[in-house]
Amino acid sequence: MSEPLLQAVDLECERDERLLFQNLSFSIVPGTLTRVEGPNGSGKTTLLRILAGLNDAWSGDILWCGQPRGHDRESFHRNTLYLGHRPGIKPLLTPMENLRALMAGRRPVNDEVLAQALAGTGLAGYEHVPCRNLSAGQQRRVALARLLIADEPLWLLDEVFTAIDADGVQAIETLLKQRAAEGGAILVTTHHDLQVEGMGRITLGGGQCDE
Amino acid sequence: MNSSAHPLIKPVEQGVGPLSAMVAVFARDVRVAFRQRQDLLNPLLFFVMVVTLFPLGVSPEIGFLKQSGAGILWVAALLSVLLSLDHLFRHDFDDGTLEQLVLQPQPLFLLILAKTLAHWMLTGLPLVVLTPVLGVMVHLDGNSVAILCLTLLIGTPVLSLIGSIGAALTLGLRSAGVLLSLLIIPLYIPVLIFGTGTVAAAAEGAPVAGYLALMGAFLVLALTLAPFASAAALRISMSNS
Repeated sequence: MSEPLLQAVDLECERDERLLFQNLSFSIVPGTLTRVEGPNGSGKTTLLRILAGLNDAWSGDILWCGQPRGHDRESFHRNTLYLGHRPGIKPLLTPMENLRALMAGRRPVNDEVLAQALAGTGLAGYEHVPCRNLSAGQQRRVALARLLIADEPLWLLDEVFTAIDADGVQAIETLLKQRAAEGGAILVTTHHDLQVEGMGRITLGGGQCDE
Repeated sequence: MNSSAHPLIKPVEQGVGPLSAMVAVFARDVRVAFRQRQDLLNPLLFFVMVVTLFPLGVSPEIGFLKQSGAGILWVAALLSVLLSLDHLFRHDFDDGTLEQLVLQPQPLFLLILAKTLAHWMLTGLPLVVLTPVLGVMVHLDGNSVAILCLTLLIGTPVLSLIGSIGAALTLGLRSAGVLLSLLIIPLYIPVLIFGTGTVAAAAEGAPVAGYLALMGAFLVLALTLAPFASAAALRISMSNS
């Protein structure tokens, strides 16, 4: 097994004076799909935000390639893709402009690639329509288009299946499996019934965690 | 980094430079603002209304207006910037683009500096452009109007920069408006005093170079320190959301 990309050691987080989890340790290795499970309010989103570097209210250690994450934050951000509850899409901009803005700080991508990614999520023909005129599901698809052009080895996906139709869900599942097979490391939270062979699990709420 | 152990890791150097990332953030903010023009007009309208209502409410006498005109314009500009501050991060926060901004492999303070500069260009700069018209309306002479414009040109970016700290700090809160004003107004006072002081000194024929140098110092101080403070405040607000 290859070396872990991201390791959490004795992670502990308290929110509103409520202990969400403690002594949580796990590693995320390339080529695996891991699902974070737990009932509503068990801290799935919080865990993902902590791992992504959005939430600093935790104790323990997070190691990136074996070193504390803070040592090379830019490398960590460069190699991590986080999609949250909020899609990160500006309603006033078109899908094309949104995608361009999201990629702009990461790496140079030309418009053809972006258009292909949008077409790949079923948004062909909507490239230049302001996102506020699109449905909630279509807006999420704009955000998901990033998965099709992502070169980041680590994906942190929070409720990616929300507002997506059956065909879309199928397509995302296939994409995630394919990505894991190619050596990507993926961590997802979802209430959708995701069945993937060899899928790791992190269970929150009960306080225990098994790989 | 020990990239040899991890062939998957993409080196940061192959990415995008901080400058082009800043340009992208700036361009996006300007584009969004121009698709929602009424938000752009609000601070301007407020500015014009306060300045026009003052002579009606207090006294239309030329002597009074000559004496207090610069102060009225400065206070109106300050409040107008203050009103627009809540928008600086709020929309981005609500739709999730701010999260993605924080997660960019770029120094956060530079991206925030780009956002703040866009904010100034869209709110502060139009106020400066309008000032000559309103200055004439309150009977300021040509020289005073020129000095007033200059002080506002140096002063309004300071207001935006200092304001960005408050806007970032109060981001996660429900009723951020009042707290934002309470936090920021004390920091605005020195800028206001020297801004109006410069015009008063010019009207008396005293040299203004010293005043302008001090305002320039405010600007340099705000430019170099405020983005760091805002970035830190933003991370705190992000953690609590």
